[in-house]
Amino acid sequence: MLYALKIAIRYLTASKAQTALLVLGVAVGVFIFVFMSALIGGLADFILSRTVGDISHVTIKAEDAEPAILISPEGHVLAVTEKGRMRTATLAEAATWIPLIEAVRGVVAVSPQITGAGFLTRGAQVAQVSVTGLEPGRESAILNLDGYMVEGAARLGSGLVVLGQRLADDLSLGLGQTLRLQSSGGVSTMLTLSGIFQTGNGMIDSSSVFVSLPTARTLFAMPQGVTRIEIKLADLNAADATALRIRGLTGLDVVPWTDGAEQLKEALNAQAQTGYFLKSFALITIVIGVASALLLSTYRRRPEIGIMRAMGAGRGFVVVVFVTQGALIGLLGGLMGAGLGYLALLPFPSREAFRPGTLPMDITQGSYGLAITLTVLGAILASILPARAAARVDPVTAISQ
Amino acid sequence: MSALVRVEGLVKTFGSGEAATRVLRGLSLTLQAGELTALLGPSGSGKSTLLTILGTLMKPTAGSHSMLGTDLVAADDRALTLFRNLHIGFVFQFHNLLPDFTALENVVFPTAVREGRETAAARTRGRELLARMGLAERIDFPTANLSGGQKQRVAVARALMNRPELVLADEPTGNLDRAAAMQVMALISEINRDEGTTFLISTHDEKIASLCRRQVVVGDGVVTG
Repeated sequence: MLYALKIAIRYLTASKAQTALLVLGVAVGVFIFVFMSALIGGLADFILSRTVGDISHVTIKAEDAEPAILISPEGHVLAVTEKGRMRTATLAEAATWIPLIEAVRGVVAVSPQITGAGFLTRGAQVAQVSVTGLEPGRESAILNLDGYMVEGAARLGSGLVVLGQRLADDLSLGLGQTLRLQSSGGVSTMLTLSGIFQTGNGMIDSSSVFVSLPTARTLFAMPQGVTRIEIKLADLNAADATALRIRGLTGLDVVPWTDGAEQLKEALNAQAQTGYFLKSFALITIVIGVASALLLSTYRRRPEIGIMRAMGAGRGFVVVVFVTQGALIGLLGGLMGAGLGYLALLPFPSREAFRPGTLPMDITQGSYGLAITLTVLGAILASILPARAAARVDPVTAISQ
Repeated sequence: MSALVRVEGLVKTFGSGEAATRVLRGLSLTLQAGELTALLGPSGSGKSTLLTILGTLMKPTAGSHSMLGTDLVAADDRALTLFRNLHIGFVFQFHNLLPDFTALENVVFPTAVREGRETAAARTRGRELLARMGLAERIDFPTANLSGGQKQRVAVARALMNRPELVLADEPTGNLDRAAAMQVMALISEINRDEGTTFLISTHDEKIASLCRRQVVVGDGVVTG
């Protein structure tokens, strides 16, 4: 094996220019593979972060009261309770569950919330809004309010409200101004505008207001419990498994973000498939390039192969010499291509700093190890045909050439 | 002396049907251990085919072939490859060295390919052989930088590397000038005398043949003299 390696290296170094071109060709294929991996991976992360990055990855919703019928002993219907009509569903034991949920692997933030509809009034102007009560200190746990603030602060205290830029513009609101917020249940309170945000999401920016959890309790007459618990995960793709785990732990109605996100998943899958195709073509190019170059080498070295066979080299030895050449070409090309790919990706901003108008390349998703491994395997595969052809060389014919 | 190689009724036919060409037509020959034999005959007489069969690079169409008591007709490719490596050396007309290797690397090849690496012992043996061929100063030279006579001496050294019982030389001096040819023949005679290695040398050259103790003449696929 060691001797076959020496022969293979000697053959490769004997034709330096040819070998260099071959390695370069493989490197270009690997470069494309790495570049595509970083682009497809970065793009997928970018799309996910823009679509679901600021929403709850796993949500625990209060189950509506089940419909019930009260029947007298005589069989008469005494009362009918329709689902969701009698009261706002609540998670009464939220305080008990939160520490348990926080301990679940992969959970990075938990946000108990009270949500409901309301009307924001300033003078004669009225706007229908979606009200979310957040726990002070966890304002940016799910939606990164801190990061989106354009004026003021995201801190929610007693009597404070934070709302979107478009809503503020619609109502001509400025920081420090007072406004009235009335819940759908008719409870109203005066609040001071302490912050204005702009998420880029028109729905949120024009109709969402955030208040503290105690303020929401007052508005929605909910002295204890919450209406939902939103959970953020370290890995978006772990939402289904984590939801199952939390459901098993709490017995509550736990919904992962993937529920109802089939279109997004299909789009991401289609994008991933495109990436696989492009990477496969790059690999196929490598295999064809290595195979053709080694076939040529086999033909050129037929007399030498004949001599080796005459001197006692077995067919297996000849196969190993040519397969080793393929593996070395793959390894060198793989390392060079992966290195060039890494260097080419360095100037791109990190995934945390993607800016509009730039390619969302993610240098961490270059699949460098996979690219090198697949290239070496592909090159070995490509060299088997030439190696077998070399092993079949008839020494008598080859020596007489 | 005892019989080292024995072939009887050797037939070799190339092609089939109307295009079939019978090169050997029942050739029989015995080589005794330690012989220095010249194989003479006109072109197309079957000399090279006989050497190829004796070198286990080709099997006869019919007939028997044994060496050191081993039936080489029945052996498979793997067994023949090992047998060839251990017991038979080759010297070709055009030296047929590996062009990308040095003189020493060429000489140690037959041992290294069997052992899987170039051992220190093999390199020592290779250096000794090259020194004996008068190439001590050319050991690490790429073979491309050697003269024709030097290349052929490297080829002789390579043929002797594994201490084979039989060395087959197909026109070993055919591509050399007279001085170089005589130098190579002198080395072959010396090794035959000192080490008892059996040589079968195919040649057209009567002068070269006269340096061998035995002459075998092949004509029309059989031994004629």
